[in-house]
Amino acid sequence: MTGEHEPMPQGGADDLGRVAADARTTCAQAGAAALDPPPIEVRLRLARGVFTLDVDLRLPGRGVTVLFGASGSGKTTVLRCVAGLERAPTARIVVGQEVWQDEGRSPAGGCFVPTWRRAVGVVFQEASLFEHLDVRGNLFYGLRRSADALGSQATGWRRWMAARGSADDGARRVLDEAVDLLGIGHLLGRRVQGLSGGERQRVAIARALASRPRLLLLDEPLAALDDARKREILPWLARLRAQAGLPMLYVTHSVDELARLADHVVLLSDGQVQAQGGVGEMSSALSGPLADGDEAGAVIVGRVGARDAHWHLCRIDLDGGHLWLRDVGRALGEAVRLRLPARDLSLTLHEPTHTSIQNHLRGMVRAVAADTHPAQVKVQVAIGADTVLARITRKACAGLALGPGQPVWVQVKSAALVD
Amino acid sequence: MSPEAWQAIALTLRLAAATTVALLLIGTPLAWWLATTRSRWRAAVSAAVALPLVLPPTVLGFYLLVAMGPDGWVGRVTQALGLGTLPFTFIGLLIGSIVFSLPFAVQPVQHAFEAVGRRPMEVAATLRAGPLDAFFSVALPLAWPGLLTAAILCFAHTVGEFGVVLMLGGNIPGVTRVVSTQIYGHVEAMEYAQAHALSALMVGFSFVVLLALALMRRRGSRVMP
Repeated sequence: MTGEHEPMPQGGADDLGRVAADARTTCAQAGAAALDPPPIEVRLRLARGVFTLDVDLRLPGRGVTVLFGASGSGKTTVLRCVAGLERAPTARIVVGQEVWQDEGRSPAGGCFVPTWRRAVGVVFQEASLFEHLDVRGNLFYGLRRSADALGSQATGWRRWMAARGSADDGARRVLDEAVDLLGIGHLLGRRVQGLSGGERQRVAIARALASRPRLLLLDEPLAALDDARKREILPWLARLRAQAGLPMLYVTHSVDELARLADHVVLLSDGQVQAQGGVGEMSSALSGPLADGDEAGAVIVGRVGARDAHWHLCRIDLDGGHLWLRDVGRALGEAVRLRLPARDLSLTLHEPTHTSIQNHLRGMVRAVAADTHPAQVKVQVAIGADTVLARITRKACAGLALGPGQPVWVQVKSAALVD
Repeated sequence: MSPEAWQAIALTLRLAAATTVALLLIGTPLAWWLATTRSRWRAAVSAAVALPLVLPPTVLGFYLLVAMGPDGWVGRVTQALGLGTLPFTFIGLLIGSIVFSLPFAVQPVQHAFEAVGRRPMEVAATLRAGPLDAFFSVALPLAWPGLLTAAILCFAHTVGEFGVVLMLGGNIPGVTRVVSTQIYGHVEAMEYAQAHALSALMVGFSFVVLLALALMRRRGSRVMP
């Protein structure tokens, strides 16, 4: 839909990130951020009736971290605490070089930075646009009030006046970037009441970006949209992930969104962290909510190696082989995300020939584990540095005498590009 | 109409305008507090604000008269400040009107703030707006239909008040004689023609106000989802 995917940023910072960094930080901080962004620290403990939230996370300072869990697992509460919209009695939250909260661990007074003094952008489930402002007014709201536009020293009356003034050039550039990134240039003069659900959410994301946050929080931003609207907005989110160079915490219970967007995954259950890790590792794990559902399947990253115009196919090179997939117009050399559904992988001991399934990869069984139904098992197979997950019948597994260390061929009936 | 009638009309409008302005300034923060607080005093304050709705105006007027009189606590303060006592003055009447119409100022604004909800204020905070900034740039503009309703109701209610005025202000031409007491005076003096003219004016005014409110609500519901 976007048609123009750019290569993933190598150094982390793209234009949007750079503008923000230049205007905001000292050289030392900006330099440090470009090399290796410090991790985001989220330590929280809070009890609410029978529900207890107790998490201790060190999250990567770049890329998308997905907080995944059923409703009631506490993922939204974590997000609200990071934003400062809720205040856990015992908490330590550090983003970049800034301590946003440090309370409750010693009797001495801690610190709590209120939401409006945190460089945080939040996108809520419903777009929550200001109904009394048009699209442009919504975008300017945060832009004018962001620390850079006002100067970090501006307080009180000066801050108040500056918030009502016009935006400077630097701020305008940030706004233009955000408007381009979300493709909402044609909506600027519109009233928000006339926007579709997908458009509203794109404006809400751009509005959050325009306030120049150091961390973007998204709380199930697609959950209130129907499937068509979801498909409309997902490419924009993928683009944001690739280009904004801004760490994001993304709350969802959708496996599809996780597969498309996550770099790092945190599984939450009953207020506790069940597991966490890179998306490749987490999506190919043998147990846990990602492995149990019908949607289980590994996410791996490959690169477009060749395109075959005659058959309309493109070759995706992986660490341990390659796959031919439908050519959807991705550029040569571009990094792409693939999802290999566990139910669409089958295993053979010999290299398959004479089959309509064109794609097969050579791998080695790592482990076998029971599935939710006793007729099935899940097999974890290493392919080069990647790991995939296959769901086969227990009978087939016994027939092939599969066990750890067994070399196998993985037949891939379907694989989807998911970014 | 007689010059006295015109004088009463002018005084009524002046009183209503002053009451409306004062009540918007007092009532809006109070409404905000009631809409957002989790204090255990909320219910008590809410009930106290609503008292003038159910009390006979004479009760209200009586207590205000006692408090502002020479031996009342307000009266002592005003006397000590060299202001004399407030009953039978315009200021005294204004204070009575403010108390009398307080629920009409607070309740529509409170409901409007409650309808806006917490989410827009949370969004404003994530966009770097401090609490006061967010109040003026988000909460007030979103709640403006409630404020307009409150202003219209306060104005109309003050124009229509009688009991408190009589208790507190008496019936001094040019000082405390408003339209409602003027009509009372005409009736007492058997001047039915003059009473008719002013009464008809009041009926017309009240109908127009209520019509305006109804039209406003209809348009409001069309704009708001």
